[in-house]
Amino acid sequence: MNRIAATFARLKAAGEKAMIPFITAGDPHPNLTVDLMHGLVDGGADIIELGIPFSDPMADGPVIQRASERALVHKVGLRDVLAMVKTFRQSNQTTPVVLMGYLNPVHVIGYPQFARLAADAGVDGVLTVDCPPEEAVELSAALEAVNLDPVFLIAPTTPEARVREIARLARGYVYYVSLKGVTGAGNLDIGDVARKIAALRQFIEVPIGVGFGIRDAETTRAIAGTADAVVVGSRLVQEIESATPETAREQLTRLVATLKAATR
Amino acid sequence: MSQYDFPDARGHFGPFGGVYVAETLMAALDELKAEYARAKADPAFWQEFNYELKHFVGRPSPVYHAKRWSELLGGAQVYLKREDLNHTGAHKINNAIGQALLARRMGKKRVIAETGAGQHGVATATVAARYGMECVVYMGAEDIKRQAPNVFRMKLLGATVVPVESGSKTLKDALNEAMRDWVTNIDSTFYILGTAAGPHPYPMLVRDFVSVIGEEAKVQMPEMIGRQPDVVMACVGGGSNAIGTFYPYIDVPGVRLLGVEPAGDGLETGRHAAPLASNAPVGVLHGSRSYLMQDENGQIIETHSISAGLDYPGVGPEHSWLKDSGRADYVAVTDAEALAAFHDCCRLEGIIPALESSHALAQAVKLAPTMAKDQAILVTLSGRGDKDINTVAGLMGLTL
Repeated sequence: MNRIAATFARLKAAGEKAMIPFITAGDPHPNLTVDLMHGLVDGGADIIELGIPFSDPMADGPVIQRASERALVHKVGLRDVLAMVKTFRQSNQTTPVVLMGYLNPVHVIGYPQFARLAADAGVDGVLTVDCPPEEAVELSAALEAVNLDPVFLIAPTTPEARVREIARLARGYVYYVSLKGVTGAGNLDIGDVARKIAALRQFIEVPIGVGFGIRDAETTRAIAGTADAVVVGSRLVQEIESATPETAREQLTRLVATLKAATR
Repeated sequence: MSQYDFPDARGHFGPFGGVYVAETLMAALDELKAEYARAKADPAFWQEFNYELKHFVGRPSPVYHAKRWSELLGGAQVYLKREDLNHTGAHKINNAIGQALLARRMGKKRVIAETGAGQHGVATATVAARYGMECVVYMGAEDIKRQAPNVFRMKLLGATVVPVESGSKTLKDALNEAMRDWVTNIDSTFYILGTAAGPHPYPMLVRDFVSVIGEEAKVQMPEMIGRQPDVVMACVGGGSNAIGTFYPYIDVPGVRLLGVEPAGDGLETGRHAAPLASNAPVGVLHGSRSYLMQDENGQIIETHSISAGLDYPGVGPEHSWLKDSGRADYVAVTDAEALAAFHDCCRLEGIIPALESSHALAQAVKLAPTMAKDQAILVTLSGRGDKDINTVAGLMGLTL
């Protein structure tokens, strides 16, 4: 059993849902990222989604765009991100790390090569936002060959036939995009999400995570009522923006702790 | 050569193209694909499209023999396909009408667009006014400065122009922002994409609507000179006027297809926007796989061109395929060469060309003298240069 499956099994036994914080690698400074990852775990993070900085983050709202820009000031590339994961793994062998980003930084390395490097670094899953299942055949094969999980998105607009296809290809968990919009948007409809999750359960066997627009303990608790995992990104990135390098870890730990409490 | 039959059902031109977008957009692209398939088979759709091109745009656009210029160059005869004479002043209107008619068929009341030089934005604002649709145009803040007359034109036509402050504040960032709008307003909104790039079916749609350029030329050239030209040329940014010119000629043997990219300060300086001519690596951006200017980490490089409409790090996937298959060649000319051709065209032929089109003209200036006097070059003059007079004046040290 890989780390992602083990984590969901442990949570299920404990009657909890997964808290998945997202931060962008290299934000606000590449030297801080590993420390911040440990800080997320201290707060109760069950899985970490680590953003790969990209120059053209089309699916992201302004908050995560700025996180990418801050990281790119320091020229943080995917190989640097993998090095951060490798360092994190030296003192944490249990918390799954899922890389989240856009395809081009992966494409430029080459899928089989990237998959080997990612597995070697201790990555557990990969979500490329702009690579739907239709185009993901080679990347998914490369990831699965080294026992990494390709994580796919499902959107409110995804029709049933596509849901079935994604269900067939999904490993680890699926990421349900809670709203039509970019990350950090403010138009989350919890009732709608609950109905959609219930419908998805007919087809999807892996755990279902929900993200986009979840900002506080209250929404986290509401989403955790139906989903298996709650992903919070923009809100954490804003916390990093409001912090100093000295206080960032502690602030993240505190915030994640309140969110994690809402998943128990 | 076997019959050319691209893209395949999933939008691939060989290894290029495809649908690389976030899941939220997939259903909308599938719908668009299905609606276009129905429209394509519907004679009434093309009847209306052609009516609009004739009566609203003023097609067919003439082919013009640039006689004085040809004589001066002392080689091949240069002919200009006059897309600058279209309503709104560029080839972009052909595509905007086609997509607006599709939007209307799909019941969408709001259209959005990205624009670089502002020509596609003006074309979209124009058709939105014509068909009574709400229109929002995303334009890089840097380009808004470079293209003030077009910004005002869009506003006159009733469009909202949104300045894009992210990234390099140019065309690619405008495209990012248009995608973000689309994903947020997917139910109400039709995205009128302005170049032959983006996710399938856009490269195919845009090509089909703009191919009227090459279709007309294919009839006009034999009328003028009794045969097809030896070389057909067009400038390439995203590549819509070029693919519209080339596509009808792909199956015509003996016609060389030549795309001209912006070399900016020179390919050797790295400050350019010529992914094909500079042999950039292949990558994925804005929905498709194609040659793409990027660094070793896969980050998109900030490009440079004197012409806002060509200032784009990628290129339509079909051009990548035409390059690899050897059917078309791609070269690049510098800002300085394009500017010289701009002035020559003004003074020798009485035509103020767009800076974009001036790149294709500059390549004709290089190529014509190497060819015989009884040979013919057809250059697509994709747009008129009125929008560029502030830029050119600035380069001459003048303020208007």
